[in-house]
Amino acid sequence: MEVAKLTDVTRIYKIGEVETRALNGVSLTIESGEFTSLVGPSGSGKTTLLQLIGCLDQPTSGKVIIAGKETTGLSRNQRADLRKGTIGFVFQFFALIPTLTAYENIEMPLLLNGKTAAQRKQRVMDLLSAVGMTDRANNRPDQLSGGQQQRVAVARALATDPKLILADEPTANLDTENGEQVMEIMKKLNKETGTTFVFATHDPRVIKYASRVVTLHDGLIEKDSKVNGK
Amino acid sequence: MINYFKLAYRNLGRHRRRSLLSGLALAMGTALLMFLAAFFQGEMRSAMESTLRLNSGHIQVRDADYDPDKLSVAWDYLIEDPEQVSAQIEALDQVDVATPRLFASGIITAQNDSVGVQIMGIDPASRANDPYRHLVSGEFLMADDREGILIGYPLAQNLALNVGDQINLLVNTSDGTVDEQLFTVRGIYTTGTTAYDKGIVFLPLKKAQAFSGAGNRASMIFVLLKDREQAEFVAEAIPSQNFKVETWRELNSLLVLVNDFSNAYLTVINLIVLGITVTVIVNTMLMSVFERTREIGILSAIGMKGRQIIAMFLAEASLLALGGVTVGSLAGWALSAYFGKVGIYFGDLGLSADMLLEDRIYTYLTLESAINLIVTAFVFTLIASLYPARMASRMEPVEALHSAQ
Ligand SMILES: Nc1ncnc2c1ncn2[C@@H]1O[C@H](COP(=O)(O)OP(=O)(O)OP(=O)(O)O)[C@@H](O)[C@H]1O
Ligand SMILES: [Mg+2]
Repeated sequence: MEVAKLTDVTRIYKIGEVETRALNGVSLTIESGEFTSLVGPSGSGKTTLLQLIGCLDQPTSGKVIIAGKETTGLSRNQRADLRKGTIGFVFQFFALIPTLTAYENIEMPLLLNGKTAAQRKQRVMDLLSAVGMTDRANNRPDQLSGGQQQRVAVARALATDPKLILADEPTANLDTENGEQVMEIMKKLNKETGTTFVFATHDPRVIKYASRVVTLHDGLIEKDSKVNGK
Repeated sequence: MINYFKLAYRNLGRHRRRSLLSGLALAMGTALLMFLAAFFQGEMRSAMESTLRLNSGHIQVRDADYDPDKLSVAWDYLIEDPEQVSAQIEALDQVDVATPRLFASGIITAQNDSVGVQIMGIDPASRANDPYRHLVSGEFLMADDREGILIGYPLAQNLALNVGDQINLLVNTSDGTVDEQLFTVRGIYTTGTTAYDKGIVFLPLKKAQAFSGAGNRASMIFVLLKDREQAEFVAEAIPSQNFKVETWRELNSLLVLVNDFSNAYLTVINLIVLGITVTVIVNTMLMSVFERTREIGILSAIGMKGRQIIAMFLAEASLLALGGVTVGSLAGWALSAYFGKVGIYFGDLGLSADMLLEDRIYTYLTLESAINLIVTAFVFTLIASLYPARMASRMEPVEALHSAQ
């Protein structure tokens, strides 16, 4: 099943008179259950592509279909609604809400999805244990290490059982050990629940887990290959 | 449901000093406005009470031709057999007291100084004259006193008069000539209203009538009611063939006007002060929107909608407003209560007899105006915070996420 389907997508950034073609006619289909790495040199368009798949941004031209739904022309709120139940995000800079505890950070998307207190509690506890953070539930982000924060961020991304999780350089700010640990968690979830993952990364440690590697160059797909990740 | 107030509380706690300062700005604004409201109300209440009590009463009954500005004692202008008329009026249920008064103009001479005065002939026994019964020294008038006069404290100061001193009083009489006589100062009164006390002297009604040649006549019947809101009703009930009957509302049109004006003035001040205060709050909120751009991006990325982001910021504003307005109204209330007891001394503001003010103004806060102000300050803050809140809600998640990196 197709989780995301991009057809001839172009994204042009305009700053004053200067135009940057971050993506230049990309077509890409992400199938359910994939564990895909987007790789390529800096500035090749990885983040841009991820943001388009995640409906955080809209293409200058081309079509983006997420979970069977055409996304062009959706309002800001409609896009927020689509993201809420369908897509989870993991960012390079952990991106937790600093005033909320680990528990509350994971709970937030569940609140936004209108889950009951009992459902939320059950789900948060399960996720905390899945990422090995049960004993840190009541710590604020500034009381957690980078690796711990990223594990919480992964748990948050998973909270609503999204079809698709998008991660932009999730290991870039982690040391080897923590990076491996986060990747192991994601791979395990991918295998157990069939959740689809797409990473933008430079990190060979991430790439080695991938089942598919898409290489970008100057806003174009240069290479797309199935591999046998761990 | 997302507990926006929990989020708001924590977010305000991130910059505790900044939150406190903007709460304080709101508190000071509210306290200031509450005190001002109490001051204006106290002033108007004092003006209304002094003017009604000392000057206009609740109802005045005069001869149909009387011109109050002339102080004339020509017979055409006077009410005949005033005691009987006032007894009839006093018999009405709603009337507390009715008493005849005679006005004449005169000049007091003591040693080498002369001062123009208004002579008021009163029935010393009537309760309507209680406000003049507060004496600095000496005694009040007796009904049958033929040589005694009661003068105000500022006039006594001015002419260096003491109880027992003699003065020469000249009066314009009913036939258009003048008469004069020596009087002895029996007492020196004070109503606490210098503008009044410095220009009015009292004689017993009988003496004033004889002295000015008015005979058994009076300038008006001064009427106080049990409830002044009944004035229009009672005025209807008084037979008015030969009389002109006026209520306190008609008699004090200037005061009513000043009252309206001061309310309008207060509204303008409210808008200005609240405007400044609210600017401080909006500024603080804008700062926090910019600082939290990335966070707003994250929340938006995980599916928070525009109106939920607005709610988050409005919750912060309402916590700030709650704290600021609560502290401010407590302070404003305390100030008003204190100066309501102690009063603020202004002295003689030199206002005319149309609007008498006591020399000391006592602040007076009504529950209605306090609630009005609290609600206005609160609503103002919330409405103004809509601007930063909407700004936050319109941020594109991508740009928001980029900004901090
Ligand atoms: N908001 C923006 N405004 C203008 N230009 C942008 C913006 N975001 C990205 N770009 C440009 O678009 C191009 C693609 O950027 P993108 O961030 O997608 O690259 P990337 O592959 O993620 O790079 P990196 O590996 O460094 O993260 C770059 O040339 C970048 O400068
Ligand atoms: Mg990037």
